[in-house]
Amino acid sequence: MNKDKAEKSMINKWAENFRKFEAGLNGESKSEFHKSRQNAFKIFSKLGFPSIKNEEWKYTNLAKFHKHEFVHASEIEEVKYKKEDIEKYLFKGFDHHLLVFVNGKYSEKLSCVGETENNVFIGSLCDLLKEKPELLDNVYKGENNTSAITALNNAFTQDGAAIIVPDNKVIEKPVQVLYLNGTQNEKVHITPYNLIIAGKNSGVKILTSYNSTFENVYFTNAVTNINADENAHVDYYKIQNENENAFHVHQVNIEQQKSSNVSSYSLSFGSQLARNEIIATLNDEDIDCNLFGLYLGKDNQHIDNHTMIDHANPNCRSNELYKGILDDNAHGVFSGKVLVRQDAQKTDAYQSNKTILLSDTASIDTKPQLEIFADDVKCSHGATIGHLDEEAMFYLKTRGIPTELANSMLIRGFVDDVVQTIKIEELKDQINHIIFDHLHKIEI
Amino acid sequence: MSDDMKVVNDLTESDYKWGFVTDIESEKLPKGLNEDTVRFISKKKNEPEWMTEWRLKAFRKWQEMEEPKWPNVKYPKIDFQDISYYSAPKQKPKLDSLDEVDPELLATFEKLGIPLEEQKKLSGVAVDAVFDSVSVKTTFHDELEKKGIIFCSISDALKTHPELVKKYLGSVVPQTDNFYAALNAAVFSDGSFVYIPKGVRCPMELSTYFRINDMETGQFERTLIVADEGSYVSYLEGCTAPQRDKNQLHAAVVELVIMKDAEIKYSTVQNWYPGDKEGKGGIYNFVTKRAICKGDNSKVSWTQVETGSAITWKYPACILKGDNSIGEFFSVALTNNYQQADTGTKMIHLGKNTKSTIISKGISAGKSQNSYRGLVKIGKNAENSRNFSQCDSMLMGDKCGAHTFPYIEIDNKSATVEHEATTSKVGEDQIFYLNQRGISTEDAVNMIVMGYCKEVFKNLPMEFAVEAQKLLAISLENSVG
Repeated sequence: MNKDKAEKSMINKWAENFRKFEAGLNGESKSEFHKSRQNAFKIFSKLGFPSIKNEEWKYTNLAKFHKHEFVHASEIEEVKYKKEDIEKYLFKGFDHHLLVFVNGKYSEKLSCVGETENNVFIGSLCDLLKEKPELLDNVYKGENNTSAITALNNAFTQDGAAIIVPDNKVIEKPVQVLYLNGTQNEKVHITPYNLIIAGKNSGVKILTSYNSTFENVYFTNAVTNINADENAHVDYYKIQNENENAFHVHQVNIEQQKSSNVSSYSLSFGSQLARNEIIATLNDEDIDCNLFGLYLGKDNQHIDNHTMIDHANPNCRSNELYKGILDDNAHGVFSGKVLVRQDAQKTDAYQSNKTILLSDTASIDTKPQLEIFADDVKCSHGATIGHLDEEAMFYLKTRGIPTELANSMLIRGFVDDVVQTIKIEELKDQINHIIFDHLHKIEI
Repeated sequence: MSDDMKVVNDLTESDYKWGFVTDIESEKLPKGLNEDTVRFISKKKNEPEWMTEWRLKAFRKWQEMEEPKWPNVKYPKIDFQDISYYSAPKQKPKLDSLDEVDPELLATFEKLGIPLEEQKKLSGVAVDAVFDSVSVKTTFHDELEKKGIIFCSISDALKTHPELVKKYLGSVVPQTDNFYAALNAAVFSDGSFVYIPKGVRCPMELSTYFRINDMETGQFERTLIVADEGSYVSYLEGCTAPQRDKNQLHAAVVELVIMKDAEIKYSTVQNWYPGDKEGKGGIYNFVTKRAICKGDNSKVSWTQVETGSAITWKYPACILKGDNSIGEFFSVALTNNYQQADTGTKMIHLGKNTKSTIISKGISAGKSQNSYRGLVKIGKNAENSRNFSQCDSMLMGDKCGAHTFPYIEIDNKSATVEHEATTSKVGEDQIFYLNQRGISTEDAVNMIVMGYCKEVFKNLPMEFAVEAQKLLAISLENSVG
């Protein structure tokens, strides 16, 4: 009974936030857009926050999250940045289109989209919906939402990155999307909603990074939808580098059509609690879906990676590789599900999850699942958990290499499997730097 | 029709070969379950007062519990009041030789393929046959007694060695452990009790055959095996049930206690009635099996071949508490028609340098669903522990499903854990290769499946390995016309 009460009061708290958010919308509250928000909030209230009794949240406890009261980004004073302030957060060395979001709100001043061709849209969701309101239906598939936290994002959606690539168009330069999150004093609730639509025979590379500019607690509640039409090629990089007080929950929905190829790279470094959820649905034949992941945890970080690949049609290939290093008291979770439906014959699905524990108090919970209903398939999954190889260590030491350096060499060897799959050459070294910087090890 | 489809179709058509009903008068409790039922069973078995209380405690807890919903199986709700909880053959024989046993009963055993006499002479297997809940005859009792080994039914053990039973019963699976374990604790009718004293190596393989015979009686046995320091025992369990329309519930509990330097090898061949081709009838097999390696250097090994039951739901677990202890799990689970299996193991590493191995082979055919669900947990103090898991699935036909749900929870950095799983089908190229060597498709499929299961079969005791292979062969026979 008490538990129900606690839950109710929690929902009420968020309902209060939602009312304030509505009040601040300035007449927009009659719009179609807002109706979908209200609908999403209804779904959220019905579902409530997941508890550890929910199988999908078995290893991730939100108790610490519930201790905080968050204020939505729309209600706080805008944080002002100068162009030079954002330099250090950017990935450099290659030409790119730049979109910058400050606490989830598009900043035209800081962004630098540059020249784009006809019908290509790179900008903010707000602007896109003004131009093409009919896309709204594409944005909210609210009703079938089963995740409360995604519904919460939908309810509070204001803005996000929107990238629309028309048929037969390849965008050569990667699109860099930079999120600058946090404020000096407020615990802010940030709700970016990103939309990536790649038309037939199109191609696009997107590089998003989530960064903190303050050390304060905040809550990033992001959703990204990727639609890859026939023969489209999408590379999606996500670098999550929030501060270690932040909460980060991000759901990526990938919908793929015939012969499309989507690669997702999820590199998770920051946050006190991070949950990266990827749901890939393969809607037609001959699809390639690659999910790569790297998670590095230290101190008291909790990093949860959830992936689900739904093979609904024949002749598709999926490949998943997630690697993690956990130090100090860090807790890692990996839950990867591969569903092969009855019609999905000739499916190739590979999944691998490898974790290294560097300290006695670090822990990992791994759950690689296969659910297979078709007989002519090749599916496998593997999971290994271990520590740095003592024999390799000994070998290196006998060659006169100091322990610290030998450690770094082994770590480098371990993470390189994922880092080397990155297709933007200039990015590799910069990611490598973040890895060693985050783990406080000698960089090699 | 492709050869594969034929295999599947013919598989679906083969009948249950163990379906027959033995006509022996039995004493049966009317349907229903309440405290009186529990008291009745306890009284019927002349149990001591503490045992009755122990059962009642379990029953009261059970009433508060909810049926678990998490397994990947579907079945209509069980009406626990619609089951009779006790059935015993009326003539309760107290016999010294086999001659005195009811000949009809002996004939049943004959059909079951347990020639008591022959086994006695040739294979040296001591059988404690559980026939519809009451232990009928314990063979080789005397010979074992000389070594100090206790091998009897649990109700006898309650009379002759109450202190041992009291000490260990429920120590591995507490009577309130889970819904079906609690139900079992409340109403279990009988089962086997084995105690191997210090330093004794049991000279023969011990064996129990379970058989559910009466209409609509649930079988609730309880097995308790204690291996004291430095001892060894290999225990076999085999099960069949006659063909019945109604689903029968089977909720057993098996507890193994292994002391320092001791080893238990526990093998199961389960071929209960799986229901007919339409998925009607069959046994619900909801079992709790758990072993605890209490002392250092102890070892437990579970081997199972599961081909029967409409629904199999069991996870033999190993708690590796002692340092250097070893847990092993080898399993072949074959599902056909509408059978559902949700099975696997739990390896809980608590002691230092503990090792575990999991080899699970699932084969699904027809419209069946086969799931592997397992947990590997490495505790904070389990330094240098090691686990290797391999769970493979094979699919025959496109209407069945194979699923794996492994859970891996690691709290110690010195642990090394490996898990791999693959799903495949009988390869067309493999069949083609064997065909062109003059081997018929039926034999080829047989050979491939045998090869696939070999890793598990080689861990079965000899007599069982032969039986298990025959079982699989029968399931696969007539696969090519």
